[in-house]
Amino acid sequence: MPIKVDSSKCTGCGLCEKSCPFGAISIEDRAKANKPHPKFKKIAVISSACTLCGACVDVCPFGAISVTAEKKETDDIALYKGVWVIAETEGDEIHSVTFELLAKGRELADKRKTYLGCVLIGFGIRQKAEEIISSGADKVFVCDNKALEVFVDNAYVEGICGIIKKEKPEIVLLGATAIGRAIASRISGRLKTGLTADCTGLDIDHQGLLVQTRPAFGGNIMAEILTAYNRPQMATVRHKVFKPLSKDLSKRGEVIEFGLPENLKLQTKVKKFVEDVTQKVNIADADIIVSGGRGVGGPDGFKVIEEFASALGGAVGASRAAVDSGWIPYSHQVGQTGRTVCPKLYVACGISGAIQHLVGMQSSDVIVAINKDPSAAIFKVATFGIVADLFEAIPAIIGEIKKIRS
Amino acid sequence: MDIIVCVKQVPGTTEVKINPTTNTLVREGVEAIVNPFDLYAVEEGVRLKEKFGGKVTVISMGPPQAASALKEAISVGADEGVLLSDRNFGGSDTLATAYTLARGIRKIAEYDLIICGKQAIDGDTAQVGPGIAEELGIPAVTYVKKIEEVGEDFIVVERMLETGYQVVEMKLPAVITVVKEINEPRLPSLRGKMKARKTEIPMWNAGDLACEMERIGQPGSPTAVRRIFAPPQKPAGKILAGELDQQASELVAELKKLSLV
Repeated sequence: MPIKVDSSKCTGCGLCEKSCPFGAISIEDRAKANKPHPKFKKIAVISSACTLCGACVDVCPFGAISVTAEKKETDDIALYKGVWVIAETEGDEIHSVTFELLAKGRELADKRKTYLGCVLIGFGIRQKAEEIISSGADKVFVCDNKALEVFVDNAYVEGICGIIKKEKPEIVLLGATAIGRAIASRISGRLKTGLTADCTGLDIDHQGLLVQTRPAFGGNIMAEILTAYNRPQMATVRHKVFKPLSKDLSKRGEVIEFGLPENLKLQTKVKKFVEDVTQKVNIADADIIVSGGRGVGGPDGFKVIEEFASALGGAVGASRAAVDSGWIPYSHQVGQTGRTVCPKLYVACGISGAIQHLVGMQSSDVIVAINKDPSAAIFKVATFGIVADLFEAIPAIIGEIKKIRS
Repeated sequence: MDIIVCVKQVPGTTEVKINPTTNTLVREGVEAIVNPFDLYAVEEGVRLKEKFGGKVTVISMGPPQAASALKEAISVGADEGVLLSDRNFGGSDTLATAYTLARGIRKIAEYDLIICGKQAIDGDTAQVGPGIAEELGIPAVTYVKKIEEVGEDFIVVERMLETGYQVVEMKLPAVITVVKEINEPRLPSLRGKMKARKTEIPMWNAGDLACEMERIGQPGSPTAVRRIFAPPQKPAGKILAGELDQQASELVAELKKLSLV
C-alpha cells in the first residue's frame, strides 16, 4: 500500500484513528504488531478499508503517516482533446440535464482552450443537432439508428465507446439519471478509466486536470476527485446542478455522423414501458417539493399536502414513515432509502427530521419546516420554521399565497 | 438457481462530520452496518432460492471485520459467504472494486444471477453493480423493483426509471441491482443466527483471486481523492413568531423575496 506509518515516529496517540472517515485505522499494541519502540507501547495500523484520502496525514502531529502517489504508466494522454457531453434523449426529446451539462462543458472547454463536443445517440433525434449547437457545442456526433428506439444499455454503451475510442475526448460528462448512471459505469469499465458520480462542482486546475467535487457520507463531507493518469476523465452530474446557457441561434457548429458497430447483439430486450401515473411531477426534477411525514396522519392527510404543493406549483414528497404506512407510493420517498433531492424550496410538513430523511434533502436551497414539536430535529436544518399543527398552518399559508397572487 | 449477492459493510454514516475549523473528521462511535440496499438484494436472492432451489453465496470486499456483514446475510438465509480481503485492495475506487469482485465471482464460478443493492450509502455512486457486469461481460439491469419471471436461461424484470418503469428481458447469467421497493427483508431467525455463528467465512486475497496487481487497490484506481472538506455551512434558521396568521404571512413574504412564490 502506498500509505505508510513510520514506526519510529508514531506515538500511538490515536488522533489519526479519530480522523479516519472510513474506520480504517486502529491503535494496536506494538508487541502484537511486531513493531517495538523504546518509548511508545502503541502504534497506528491501517487496514485495507483505507481509501488514501489523506485525512490522517494532515492530522498527525508527528508526521508519522505518509502517502506516496504512485506514478502510473499511462497511454499518451496528450492525444486526448475536447470536452464532451453525452446527450440524454427521451424519445425524440433531449433531457434538460444535457443543456445544463453543455453550459458547464462550454466553460471547461474554454478553460482548456479546446472544443465542446456532444454525442447525440438515439432514434429520430438528428434534427436536434442544431439546438445542441446553439446551446454551446462546437461539434455534434450523431448516431440516429432504429435499433436505439428504446433504451438498451449495451447498444448505447457500444455506440458511445466506439466514438470515444476514435475521437479521444479528454473529458466526458453524463447526466446522473437512471440511464446515465447505468451506461457511464459500463463505458468507464470498458475504457478502463475513472468515473466520478454525482458531481456538484467541476473545474479545471492549474495542471489542466478536471477537478470533480462531490458530496460523500450523505453530504456531510465534500471530496475533490481527480482522474490524473487515465483518459477520458468521466463524471456524472445530477439534474439542476448547473444552469443552461441561453440559446445562441447564430452559433455554427459541425455535425459528424457515426454508426453502431457491426454485428451488435442486443443483450436486453425492453418489452414495454409503463408510465408512473401517481407521479404528476417527478420529485428528482422538481424545483419545489412539499413533503408529508408521520404528522400527516393518513392517506387523507396527503390531500392537504397535495393542495399545498399545487398552490406552490411543486411536487409531493414523503418521509419513510408515511411511505411505510402505505399512505403514499414509494416513488415519493425522500431520504436515504428513497431519493436524494435538492430543490429550490423544500417544505417538510409533520416530518420529525430523522437523519435518514435529512441526508436526502438537506442540500435544498431553502427549507421550510412545519411541525407541532418545537424540539423536532427538522428545525435544525430549516431556513424558516413554523411550530404549529400542519392542518392549521397549511390553510393559512395557502390563504396568504392566494392573497399575494390576486 | 445459483445466486451471488454482493454486500458492503458501511459506516453508520450519520455521525461522520467534519470540523470546519480544523478540517478534520469527527467520528463518534461509528458502528459498521450492512449497506441497507444490500439487505434487499440478499432477501431477493433468498426468495429466489426458496422458489427455484440452488444456493445463495454472499460476497464482500473489505477488511477482515467485514466478515460480520456476511454473517448477517447468512443469518437471514444466505448459504455461504466469501470475503475478499487484502491490504493491496486498499484505496480501490469503483473500477478496481468492480474488477476485484468480478475476480471473486469468477472464482466462485457457479452462478446464474448476481444481485447488488442499487448503491452503497457511503459512496452513493451506483457504479459497482454495472461495473461488475462489464468486467464479466454479461448484461445488467439497474434499479430493479420487481422480478416478473425467471426462465431456464432468461429473466424478466421491472426497472425503475424517473418517469415510470421498463419491463426488460435479459439472458442469464446477468447482474441486477435492486431498489427498496422490491421486497420487505426478513429479520434473522434464531436458527439463522446460530448458523451464521457457526459458518466459517473464507478469506481470499489477491493471490487467491489471481488478480493482475496493476488492476487492484490504488494502482488499479483511475480516480483519487485529492482533498476532503466540510460543505459550506448554512446560516442558522429562523423560527417564526406571533399568531399563526402572522407567521403565515411572514413566511409567504420571505418566499416572495426569494422569488419562490
